[in-house]
Amino acid sequence: MDFLPRTQQELVEIIQAASADDVPLSVCGNGTKQGWGRAVSFERNVSLCGFSGIIDYAPAELVLTAGAGTPLAEIKAALAAENQHLAFEPPDLGPLFGHAAEKATIGGVLATNLSGPRRPFAGAARDFFLGFSGVNGRGEIVKAGGKVVKNVTGYDLPKLIAGSFGTLVAMTEITIKVVPAPETSCSIIVDGLSPAAASQMMTVALGSTADPSAAAYLPSASQAIFRLEGSGPSVVYRCQVLTDLLRAPVRVVAAAESRDLWQSVRDLHSFRDNTSQILWLLSAPPAAFPGDIDALTRGLPDCSYLADWGGGRIWLAHAVTDIGEAVRAIRRYLGQGGHATVIRAPEDWRQSDRVFAPDVPVALLRKVRAAFDPLRLFNRGRLHSDL
Amino acid sequence: MLMPPPDSAALKAAPQFVAALRDVLGVDNVMSDPRAMRPYESDGLTAYRQIPLAVALPRSTAEVSAALKIAHRFGIKVVPRGAGTSLSGGALPLADGLLLGLGKLNRILDIDLSNRCAVVQPGVTNLAISHAVAGDGFYYAPDPSSQIACSIGGNVAENSGGVHCLKYGLTTNNLLGLEIVLMDGEIIRLGGKHLDSGLYDLMGLFTGSEGLLGVITEVTVRLLRRPEKARALLAGFATSESAGAAVAAVIGAGIIPAGMEMMDRPAIHAAEDFVHAGYPLDAEALLIVELDGPQVEVDDLIARVSAIAVAHGGKGLRISESEAERLLIWAGRKAAFPAIGRISPDYYCMDGTIPRSRLPEVLARMTQLSALHNLRVANVFHAGDGNLHPLILYDANKPGELEAAEAFGSDILRLCVEVGGVLTGEHGVGVEKRDLMPTMFNEVDLQQQMRVKCAFDDGNLLNPGKVFPTLQRCAEMGAMHVRGGQLPHPELPRF
Ligand SMILES: Cc1cc2nc3c(=O)[nH]c(=O)nc-3n(C[C@H](O)[C@H](O)[C@H](O)COP(=O)(O)OP(=O)(O)OC[C@H]3O[C@@H](n4cnc5c(N)ncnc54)[C@H](O)[C@@H]3O)c2cc1C
Repeated sequence: MDFLPRTQQELVEIIQAASADDVPLSVCGNGTKQGWGRAVSFERNVSLCGFSGIIDYAPAELVLTAGAGTPLAEIKAALAAENQHLAFEPPDLGPLFGHAAEKATIGGVLATNLSGPRRPFAGAARDFFLGFSGVNGRGEIVKAGGKVVKNVTGYDLPKLIAGSFGTLVAMTEITIKVVPAPETSCSIIVDGLSPAAASQMMTVALGSTADPSAAAYLPSASQAIFRLEGSGPSVVYRCQVLTDLLRAPVRVVAAAESRDLWQSVRDLHSFRDNTSQILWLLSAPPAAFPGDIDALTRGLPDCSYLADWGGGRIWLAHAVTDIGEAVRAIRRYLGQGGHATVIRAPEDWRQSDRVFAPDVPVALLRKVRAAFDPLRLFNRGRLHSDL
Repeated sequence: MLMPPPDSAALKAAPQFVAALRDVLGVDNVMSDPRAMRPYESDGLTAYRQIPLAVALPRSTAEVSAALKIAHRFGIKVVPRGAGTSLSGGALPLADGLLLGLGKLNRILDIDLSNRCAVVQPGVTNLAISHAVAGDGFYYAPDPSSQIACSIGGNVAENSGGVHCLKYGLTTNNLLGLEIVLMDGEIIRLGGKHLDSGLYDLMGLFTGSEGLLGVITEVTVRLLRRPEKARALLAGFATSESAGAAVAAVIGAGIIPAGMEMMDRPAIHAAEDFVHAGYPLDAEALLIVELDGPQVEVDDLIARVSAIAVAHGGKGLRISESEAERLLIWAGRKAAFPAIGRISPDYYCMDGTIPRSRLPEVLARMTQLSALHNLRVANVFHAGDGNLHPLILYDANKPGELEAAEAFGSDILRLCVEVGGVLTGEHGVGVEKRDLMPTMFNEVDLQQQMRVKCAFDDGNLLNPGKVFPTLQRCAEMGAMHVRGGQLPHPELPRF
């Protein structure tokens, strides 16, 4: 049964019925990221796309309120018209799963706390998530946070909801912080680098006053790339600062080319075609890269990767293999702390409890979940079989 | 302000409780003599005072855990305390509760410049972190005005801001990891030196939880490279409307300054009389805008901001040409609180946020309220993010004035909520704004938050009487106990 509620009251009734029958529900936006996480399927599916449209947008207040099911594309267009943007630069993962591009909803982006290359410099989706209204698993309409950029009234529940994959609250309305888009940008490309050399350069760049807004290593091209954004004179100056610091031959590409370059990094163009490959997302201390990256890639069949966030985020693709073997290799890589999630994998892999993170503190998370959704109605099992 | 009635069982058990604590923490680190405990009787909200049942000063995470286990076993309440600078009474002791001071956990554990982070204990002061890495050109960005005194643990518990949070974010945006001890003594670690740990963002939840969910025993903060240059601009305006319009125009031009502060006439006069910073005494509103970054960027942007200020009627523009001039521009703003302290025996600092466009209306209504309550008010304002700090002037020695100041303050905060804002932008709810929570949240919203507390502290022992206007038992709210990850009686149907 598919539900497309258009009012909070309709949503309440659907959830109350599910609660009475003790039948779990899938809760999603447009479903572009349903392939992410454990494989679960439900008899009852609730789409929040009926809560669509920008409700209030005050550019000078840096705040936008919209229905949770509003297409991300619509929000980006409205912001662009005011020279503003979402600084956390959400990637478009749809095409990785064979969906069309540009189909994500803002609610789905926030629920997965999905952020792009600018994250270490500007913040993650969670950092821009100011408030929400929605319905919890008890069928109650709840709200938290606020509609202003600075607020510490009560617990910061938006943070908790960001990254909860719809397991706590079915969001109907969200408020986010928006910021001015940079006037211009350029990118610096350094060729012929080993992972170790690139890592060193990224560490220098990220600790410098050049203040890059993205830094990545593309092993297939042996390239480190850096993005500089801001006002015209500032970008020109910092580009020179960074070039001097790197002490290597560089190529500088201007705004348009720079944008395309980072879009392909952000949306993982290099991992789109081979959909049979397993795709992982690793987050680790940036200087831990390159560490054992060679050992990691050697240990996995037909492996490739991309290091973003100055080395702190690794997108890792490999051919299907035994999940236990892959998890062991990744745990070794995360020796200094960090976390790993399977983004894309075949069904049988996605039965495992290890797809979300090798180690989930289930007992603690269950208590938190019970505070919102005691029957575990929403997306039951999506994060862990016991969650 | 009513606190929960003291629990007579706790008062009776006090001697055994203190003895048990001393066994583990040592005699010197546990106090129960009221005279010795006097320094802990209040925090920055000095109108409220209470001698606690006992004070414990643990020296390690293990000792924090041991102390909490003992309190949990005795069923005795615990109030965590950092440096005690809270302006909302978050660290106000309870007569039947243990005050857990984190001041002895004051070591910087690790400075990791290649990962641009530092691992510190909760009692380290905010400024000490920046000092420790200043030589390498780094700093920790959130800068509450209390930064020489307040602890990083308190900053995390309050999600504190500062004048630079417009550009650099609040505490929550500058953290990587936390170690926390839950009320039953369990130690959990969240995050680390990496970003975004996946699944539920418990670190984000604990930040700003005002000591109600767990005791913070270790913090990993992000460090930033100090900007090459900072310059400040000062301008006076004939009305708060025109100053507000200038602020909106700066942001509309795509500029996010490092700081953007406004003061109203009473605040300008008090500050000028005190520090002689050269503030324009004929202005109704004064704007300070700071830009930071590379010299070329700062010079470019400061020119654009001054053009905007002039276009909106800004008068007497001053732009810093040296570090000394920059500091002088800030001197009056930074001294605003003590300056008010000079012209009034007491003042009460409020902290609401409003949509910036509503500022003129809010200031006008505040003037009316000032007449109504017969008390003066001066405003300093984090103009960039809409965070108001009205300072209400009163004299606690005059009967009824404290109550009048509190009533005035409540009216201001209700007004903030009415125009679409919130009760607190950075100082926290504590005891101060506890009873105003229902103006922003309905019963269901509050119960949702309280059930989150139950997930971590089902006996309501950690900092009770703060943040939430009612004390409800977890079972009454249907927060089912989930022990060891299992629901009780999983075979039974629910609801
Ligand atoms: C003059 C002055 C100026 C100020 N300026 C600012 C400002 O610009 N911006 C701003 O945001 N605030 C400001 N404040 C408020 C205050 O300094 C902050 O809230 C600060 O973060 C409190 O830190 P603290 O260590 O003093 O905490 P305390 O006052 O000791 O405690 C505050 C709260 O945190 C809890 N707590 C403390 N430590 C821990 C811990 N380790 N684990 C769990 N809970 C804990 C307490 O229970 C309490 O609820 C100012 C205060 C003063 C007096």
